[in-house]
Amino acid sequence: MFKKLITILISMVLVLSLGSMVSAQETFTIGYQVQDLGNQYWITLADGVKDKAAEMDNVEVTVRDARTDPAVELSNVQDLITQGIDLLLLSPWDSNSGATVVEEANKAGIPVIVLDIGVSSGDIESFLVSNNYGGGQKAGEYMAELLEGEGQVGHIQCQPGYELLDARGNGFVDVVTEEGIEVVATQPGDSQRSKGMTVMQNMATANPDIDGVFCENDEMALGALEALNSSRMLDQVEVIGFDGTDEAIQAVKEGRMTATVAQQPYKMGQMGVELAVEVLNGNDIENEIQVPVQLITKENVDEFIE
Amino acid sequence: MDIKSLTKFNVREFSAVFALIALVILLSFISPHFLSFHNILNILVQVSTISVIAAGVTFVILTGGIDLSTGSMLGLCGVIAAGVFKATNSPILAVLTGVGLGAFLGLINGLVVTVGKVPSFVATLGMMTAARGLAFIYTKGTPISGFPSNFRFLGSGYIGNVPFPMIEAIIIYIIAAYILKRTPFGRYIYGIGSNEIATKLSGIKTNKYKLSAFIISGLLTGFAAIMFIGRINSGHPLAGDGYELDAIAAVVIGGTSLSGGKGTIIGTFIGALIMGVIRNGLNLLNVDTYWQGVVLGVVIVIAVLMDKKSGDSEEVVK
Repeated sequence: MFKKLITILISMVLVLSLGSMVSAQETFTIGYQVQDLGNQYWITLADGVKDKAAEMDNVEVTVRDARTDPAVELSNVQDLITQGIDLLLLSPWDSNSGATVVEEANKAGIPVIVLDIGVSSGDIESFLVSNNYGGGQKAGEYMAELLEGEGQVGHIQCQPGYELLDARGNGFVDVVTEEGIEVVATQPGDSQRSKGMTVMQNMATANPDIDGVFCENDEMALGALEALNSSRMLDQVEVIGFDGTDEAIQAVKEGRMTATVAQQPYKMGQMGVELAVEVLNGNDIENEIQVPVQLITKENVDEFIE
Repeated sequence: MDIKSLTKFNVREFSAVFALIALVILLSFISPHFLSFHNILNILVQVSTISVIAAGVTFVILTGGIDLSTGSMLGLCGVIAAGVFKATNSPILAVLTGVGLGAFLGLINGLVVTVGKVPSFVATLGMMTAARGLAFIYTKGTPISGFPSNFRFLGSGYIGNVPFPMIEAIIIYIIAAYILKRTPFGRYIYGIGSNEIATKLSGIKTNKYKLSAFIISGLLTGFAAIMFIGRINSGHPLAGDGYELDAIAAVVIGGTSLSGGKGTIIGTFIGALIMGVIRNGLNLLNVDTYWQGVVLGVVIVIAVLMDKKSGDSEEVVK
């Protein structure tokens, strides 16, 4: 019995020392702090980060979730710093909570790359963002094409005041008004499905001849679909959303939603890790990097279904 | 003021202290970063907001009631204080508004419970919903952000190497402990919790004290709101979402009985520390965030089970 024990212990020690010899090369430890893993968009982005890190054999990544609470976000980052990460990838709750986090990282001398949601201050290596304005423009161009240059449309905003989201609406409105289409109603839907539904109901009631609606995110667009469905106006109104979530893509496939603008969160996650390695290897990277977006319509929707 | 008697432990929270020490020892073995000065400081700052709220909630729970509205009150007091600061640039006015509003909301809670005779669960549930709604209405959903360091000092300032929020929390706990242990007010709070009818029959105006407990809960929540803004530099209408449950959990883990009349304020502080240590430890061990929720849930249930085992009468949710 005793001999067996010694044998096992010695073999464990051998295996462990072998293991530590293998990992003697330099490993980069990256922390990714994301605002809310309860949201499909962030889950996909985090997957991009994790998968890319898994591909590269000298990168380890830890993903932490703020669960929409900026205090948890700050605590998580403090703990990541305590654990000794080499670089922080950050998708903050909002630009101000993000600034507080960046301040913390700056104090600890840890480089930061911000993904998708910008920060209002602080030193960062780079900011990766979807081309929101361009996406809005694509939506506008498609709407103008479908409406043949005339008609009435509604615009449901996410959170007026948030630059990145406003850019989507601005892109859309700039294009359609130039094409001669009238934007008859503009209302915030608080980025939520239920609010989007209510706002659409009101818009449709006030403008019974409405031909189309642009929602700054898919959640609200899906809500708008519900509203139009119950008022039996779905056939009359073209609904375009933004984000390219699985549900929205399904709705486009089924012909209920006209189109959506897909960001590429997975790609952004991958790019984030690639750029992180560049920074940690001592190379310079660009300050702001735009990640292209794609318009998903009935024509190309099958490419996007997994 | 006799420090010894203020911190005299009874069996209930001896188990809480023991649990905290065991946790600290365990975590320091498992994670190399846990016992660093920096990390311990982090934990203390991280629990400071919840612990201040929990101190106020302790008063309410001791009287046999419950306060579910503290999370929403944190949000509302926070955004209003933020708004006042932006309008007047005076940190003092903003702090007074936040704390005053908290006390006022607590007053409403208390009146609904005492005069309206509505069970505290229902009354504070109503306040929870209403306050959150008001916070959104006031801010139109957009946070109020960007404050100078004089206003943020209460939430993120330092005195030398010591974080100021920690000092505030400790001062608040010392005052609360004194009130509960060394004043008639405190004795009546305990009395109402153990046996409200007997206390009332001995001529104590129980409604007055129950009302005061709610005011204290609201007042401290208002103060916590200012600390919170200081920490994250933003007055957000969603702030504090779920904090009411964290505060109650801290109180329960600390050994205070939900049926009232038993427990101490020091226990609440230990409870808040235990939760903070667990969260921090799990973070350092890279445990997924959602598993952290499961672990904390289990801890709360264990705490209540141990509470029952220490010879408590059956739970009455009022």
